[in-house]
Amino acid sequence: MLEAVNLECTRGDRRLFRGLNFSIKPGELIELHGANGSGKTSLLRILSGLSSPAQGEVRWNGKNIRSLGEEYSGAVSYLAHQNGVKDELSAIENLRIACGVSGNVLSKADAQTVLEQVGLSRQQNLPARSLSAGQKRRVALARLLGSRATVWLLDEVLTSLDDAAIKLARRFIGDHLRNGGLAIIATHQELDLAAERIQRIELSL
Amino acid sequence: MTAYSLHSMFGWLVWRDLILAWRRRADVLATVFFFVIVVSLFPLGIGPEREILRTIAPGVVWVAALLASMLSLGRIFGNDYQDGTLEQLMLTPQSTYLIVLGKILAHWLVSELPLVIIAPVLGLQFGLSQNSLAIVVVSLLLGSPVLSLIGSIGAALTLGLRAANVLVALLVLPLYIPVLIFGTGAVQASIGGTSPQPYLLLLGATLVLTLVFAPWATSAALKISVE
Repeated sequence: MLEAVNLECTRGDRRLFRGLNFSIKPGELIELHGANGSGKTSLLRILSGLSSPAQGEVRWNGKNIRSLGEEYSGAVSYLAHQNGVKDELSAIENLRIACGVSGNVLSKADAQTVLEQVGLSRQQNLPARSLSAGQKRRVALARLLGSRATVWLLDEVLTSLDDAAIKLARRFIGDHLRNGGLAIIATHQELDLAAERIQRIELSL
Repeated sequence: MTAYSLHSMFGWLVWRDLILAWRRRADVLATVFFFVIVVSLFPLGIGPEREILRTIAPGVVWVAALLASMLSLGRIFGNDYQDGTLEQLMLTPQSTYLIVLGKILAHWLVSELPLVIIAPVLGLQFGLSQNSLAIVVVSLLLGSPVLSLIGSIGAALTLGLRAANVLVALLVLPLYIPVLIFGTGAVQASIGGTSPQPYLLLLGATLVLTLVFAPWATSAALKISVE
């Protein structure tokens, strides 16, 4: 279970949010809404452990993620604005290396299956440099699928995806939730996902 | 986390950086050429007086190595920072210390080791004896990892800043001074016919010290830069 306790976040001297509390269990989903600059990305980065809150703490199964360290990182996959895809590497190399450095070695065949799922089987050996923005996003999605993380933190996951890929992404998130995962998604669109419980958090400016 | 999977994560990380360096080998070659050209300019500029060349050789080789290593520091974290892969690396279930160590190892293999290998060839231009050339190589082998280790601190601290390259030079070059002194000391001693051993021991001690502390400082700096 992931809990946010009395979170406060400041950027410079501006306070983005304060006193934010929520908890989320496996199978559940949180949608983060809010205008540009309202702190959705900042919140996701705090939940991922990349940045620390000005006040409050994030707890994973009752323990502060600061004290858990790598144990928590292993349970989290964060899909940021930036895809985290290396231009010099092909789609399949990107996927296998990203999973390898996370301690989750994918065989070539496994990696091919994952890329097929995101519709990139024909482009798997092209350097990511020559992929379109949407295709790069699909590589990032593939990394998410290849990870064994329970917690998915997704920042504008549908950006630059075409209709087919949006459908795919919805299906992946749905499958993830059904398999005991949980997801926190910052989005401007309506996601229309089925989950055991959906919470909606509105961040205001 | 078992020892095996930690080992394998570290391996994947180093392997990743080596592949990336190979795909962008022009960057690596530029560093090596810079080193070759700077060292070769001195005999051309000063003329063929053997005694003078032999006296300045240790300093020239070592200063050129310092400058060449400065050139490549921005690449340790810069590219990964820009495309978001650094964030992803920091979120992997291995400690930042190990990630930093892996990246430094890859950086040393790619950007410093070629300098060590090519240095004796350049030393020939200065009329160094075989024995002194060997000491050049040994001192660089011990000293160049220190350059990567110390340099990584500067690279991490200046990540994402506009004048990063200039700042790195200002931050890191003063910290290179001990390595420069011990390194040139070793070569000078061997040219002068005394034992270079004390200098090499000092270099070794510096290496051990930075190996323990630099990755730690670098990971602290990285966490600040990524936040």
